[in-house]
Amino acid sequence: MNRLPRWLVAALAVVPAVGLAVFYLWPFATLVVAALDADALTDTLGRSQTWKVVWFTLWQAVASTAVTITVGMIPAYVVARFDFRGRSVLVGLLTATFVLPTVVMGAAFLALLPDSLERTVWAVIGAHVAFNVAVVVRIVGALWEHLPTDMEYAAATLGASRLQIASRISLPLIRPAITAAATIVFLFTFTSFGVIRILGAPGTRTIEVEVWRRATQLGDIGGATVLALLQLAVLGVVLVWSTMAQRRHSRSLAMGPAALRRRARTRGERRFVAAAAGSTALIAIVPLAALVVRSFSTPDGWSANAWTHLGRTEVRPGLRVGVDPVDAIANSLINAAWATLFAVTIGALASLAITAAKRHGRLIDGGLMLPLGTSAVTIGLGMLITFDVAPVDWRASWWLVPVGHALVAVPFVVRVCVGVLRSVDPAMTDAAATLGAPPIRAWWSTVVPYLWQPLRVGAALAAAISLGEFGATSFLSRSGGETLPIAIEQLLGRTGTTLQAQGYVLATMLATLTVVLVVAVEQSEAAPQRMVGP
Amino acid sequence: MTSTTTPRSSGTSPWVRLAVFAGVAAALITTSACGSDDAPATDSVAVGQPPAVPGTGDTTATTESTSGETVTLVTYDSFPESDTTLNDALASFTAQTGIGVDILVAGDAGTMLSKASLTAGNPEGDVMWGVDNTLLSRAVADGVFEPYVASGIANGSIAVDDAFTSLVPNGEATPVDYGDVCVNYDIGWFAERGLAPPTTLDDLIDPAYAGMLVVENPATSSPGLAFLLATIEEYGLDGWQDYWRALGANGLEVVDSWTQAYYERFSWAGGGPTPMVVSYGSSPPAEVIFADPPRTDSPTGVVESTCFRQVEFAGVLRGTDSPAAARRLVDFLVGEEFQRELPLNLFVYPTNQAVELPQEFVDFAVVPTTSRSLDPAVIDANRSTWIDEWTGLVLG
Amino acid sequence: MSSLDVTDVRVAFGEVVVLDGVSLHIAGNESVALLGPSGSGKSTLLRVIAGIVAPDAGTVVVDGIDVTAVATHRRGIGMVFQDNQLFPHLSTLDNVTFGPLMAGKPKRDRREIGQRWLDRVGLAGFDDRNVTELSGGEAKRVALARALAAEPAVVLLDEPLTGLDRELHDRLAVDLAELLRTVTTLLVTHDPDEAAVVADRTVLLADLVG
Repeated sequence: MNRLPRWLVAALAVVPAVGLAVFYLWPFATLVVAALDADALTDTLGRSQTWKVVWFTLWQAVASTAVTITVGMIPAYVVARFDFRGRSVLVGLLTATFVLPTVVMGAAFLALLPDSLERTVWAVIGAHVAFNVAVVVRIVGALWEHLPTDMEYAAATLGASRLQIASRISLPLIRPAITAAATIVFLFTFTSFGVIRILGAPGTRTIEVEVWRRATQLGDIGGATVLALLQLAVLGVVLVWSTMAQRRHSRSLAMGPAALRRRARTRGERRFVAAAAGSTALIAIVPLAALVVRSFSTPDGWSANAWTHLGRTEVRPGLRVGVDPVDAIANSLINAAWATLFAVTIGALASLAITAAKRHGRLIDGGLMLPLGTSAVTIGLGMLITFDVAPVDWRASWWLVPVGHALVAVPFVVRVCVGVLRSVDPAMTDAAATLGAPPIRAWWSTVVPYLWQPLRVGAALAAAISLGEFGATSFLSRSGGETLPIAIEQLLGRTGTTLQAQGYVLATMLATLTVVLVVAVEQSEAAPQRMVGP
Repeated sequence: MTSTTTPRSSGTSPWVRLAVFAGVAAALITTSACGSDDAPATDSVAVGQPPAVPGTGDTTATTESTSGETVTLVTYDSFPESDTTLNDALASFTAQTGIGVDILVAGDAGTMLSKASLTAGNPEGDVMWGVDNTLLSRAVADGVFEPYVASGIANGSIAVDDAFTSLVPNGEATPVDYGDVCVNYDIGWFAERGLAPPTTLDDLIDPAYAGMLVVENPATSSPGLAFLLATIEEYGLDGWQDYWRALGANGLEVVDSWTQAYYERFSWAGGGPTPMVVSYGSSPPAEVIFADPPRTDSPTGVVESTCFRQVEFAGVLRGTDSPAAARRLVDFLVGEEFQRELPLNLFVYPTNQAVELPQEFVDFAVVPTTSRSLDPAVIDANRSTWIDEWTGLVLG
Repeated sequence: MSSLDVTDVRVAFGEVVVLDGVSLHIAGNESVALLGPSGSGKSTLLRVIAGIVAPDAGTVVVDGIDVTAVATHRRGIGMVFQDNQLFPHLSTLDNVTFGPLMAGKPKRDRREIGQRWLDRVGLAGFDDRNVTELSGGEAKRVALARALAAEPAVVLLDEPLTGLDRELHDRLAVDLAELLRTVTTLLVTHDPDEAAVVADRTVLLADLVG
């Protein structure tokens, strides 16, 4: 065995582990200690409403995840395997759908639904599917494009039809990625907040909504903490299962470093690609188009004033709206840059440690997923009472917000990277070792190079998540400027035609910014690798 | 790489790993529990840190010299952070006193108060703006505020309605603004159909107005709660349930937040199907001021008898490092210079009676003479029960 | 006893013409080695014959039947890829019996066929071995057994012995010649000695044009 020395694995793991401990475990534990008592426990667990909420949370998440995975496979395949005009724009649009604030996307979605479906659980599941398809496309696609096409052809020469190739070769081989995507979609829908509040019937609550309601509207922080722990317990079980499943099914593929995308050749193929890409694009474009339309509409008809009068313009002499879009964009970009830096650094180290450490890797892997599944309110409140004394008097430090974003983004970076790293053929490391390379050198030259490609995808996701993040960080106190999502919420929370239209102008800008960002990364990733034919 | 896993690793159960994880967590809990014993002490802040860092101060805070200090104003998320005349007024305070003001946004009013309760004694800032009468009792009970009566009110140079000051008999906080939550209606919609808008709460259960009202869920929305309180005030502790049953039977629509109700369902602003919505008494002037294109009359009106009074308070946070500067800021917040900027920026009425209202408010806003209110202590004691009862009744 | 006829095949990827007017005839049970420098389009020709790459012009005929428009999985043409392309999630036996499985053979028959082929390539008892742990020579034998177990009319081999060490190479070359005696074979290689051992006849790609 050519094992990496323990100290190296430990060194890789230390930054992610300390980050997780300081910014997640410690605050959360502090809140639990401060707020949890026997009364809160018996009250909350004894209330029949609690179990109704848990049951609803669970079943809608399972249903949403199953449908999302099913719907997402075809676009994942098309995006991974085919090179077509508008491919990166499609990926950018999907990613934008995923990261835009739910208050905005939810409103757009609502406008498109027939009345009979509004505020039903079907609307909730539909929205979950539409918003999360991007996760499947990115995570499954990232592994799928590394699956050698020749393996599928080999099956074909043995008499396997397209369907048989998919069911017997491709799906089993990308199963770790499917499990990973399903886990993330499950986490997101299990902890769903905005979609439930906007599209669910009033009174429909997930645990996340109930935690928020208890902690902020009723001041029942003890009860909120019990629910947050309950939420974590359910997720813990799911995560342990998923991490094990991923490792059990992960295979070493004889991977080519190059993407194997090609143009559709036959007419049937071209039709298939066009139909799949077109219908997927529709999921993303229609809500985005609704945003643009609303930025131009007023109760009295169409107007471009919201665009021309944006920002510091005086509405009346001496009266300004107090939202500067340029500042908001700048704040959002600065936050996103730091959040991406944090997330990529921690995510890269964690991914290498997870794959190198094997056994203990699971601990880091599962641990980094926890913040995604923990109620944002409790993390925010926990930070508040933890970082309040010197030398950790960090409340309202400017970097607490990007750290919060990074907590949410790291699991995505890890998922994308680990999927690829685990598939690196160990024979290559062994081959390097037989050529005389010591373990670290062999690892550095055979494993690490595979990191850059998924890391770029991870960075784009992290930046996009940070740009659109609202939930987690709206609970962190902040001073000195608002980000785009916060400005949007603020505008849409006040009466006035101008304010409403300007809110949608900012939402359109946020969507555009996200799409541009993702497309830019996508193209920088694709450029050196596009292949002509097989 | 799975294929190269050593046989040893496959024997370790995931539960063992989970147990290790729990151990780490437990260790952290113990550490932080020890640490939190010192946390509430106000003297734990290191001396000599840069004054710009919120929550820190220096030794001069205890003296009357406040110049050069910076105080942090903790507020809710609809308070503008910059670029408005409200912020200009705060800048003028700094120019006059040498005390800088940082704005710290702590979420919606409920979230802000939950945070303040958790950190009572070691607050995030020095002064808090925006606790309303539905939350006031909780704030007082949790010891969020350091009692202080603004000097202008104490010496009589600033006149504030007794109805407001009587809510804080011990000077726990200072009433700084008020407004109303009322049923708003789409004037054009009713005119088109030749239907007179309702005038009372009773009218709303009249079949003539079936399916015309959208309200916010009181469990998740502050105007929603205010409207529930209005009906409790009208029909009493034992009568409001019947009223809501009748409202439900009359085609009531419930949504989770004000934004949804106003911008998605209300016929005027959202192009929705319902011509009546629970909103603010100041929504009609806002519709004129932020109209696009400009207009001279309001498209919406208010059903006066449905209005519930919301009073907001500001106060010195207990445990502030700059009590003197914080008090001066509270004095300023209720002073004329700041108060006259409130209507057009926060769409609330100033409590300082010397302030003249802007023309749009005089023309289009309604200050109901009979606005409803309930004792904050009664609200606080019953809020949870009422909301649960309401949920069972209306949402089933 | 299947024959293979390739006539006037042309393949271009964008501006780059890879094959132009290539024709080739292989009689039933004949083994032909195709020689040519790397990058000359040998592998592409195999892919055209297997139906993986559609030619811009020309035809592929097996036993007098034009299969140019027939999908890969219906052509009855087997292929051993240069890098084997064993299915990493399946056991060695399941790799070998993949063809019979696709042909709808019952389980008992499949097992019997698979074990017979493993035996013929000298890997008896390898049934449950993980294919990612096989040596280079073993993997190549499994790939060969897998292709032949599907009973193809024609089998194509892409550089089957490249990358093996000398001794293994020579031994496998003899085994290959033996195994391929009863099937129509087209073998791509750049090594004339190997071609001489394995094939009945050797052709140069350059000679096939025109």
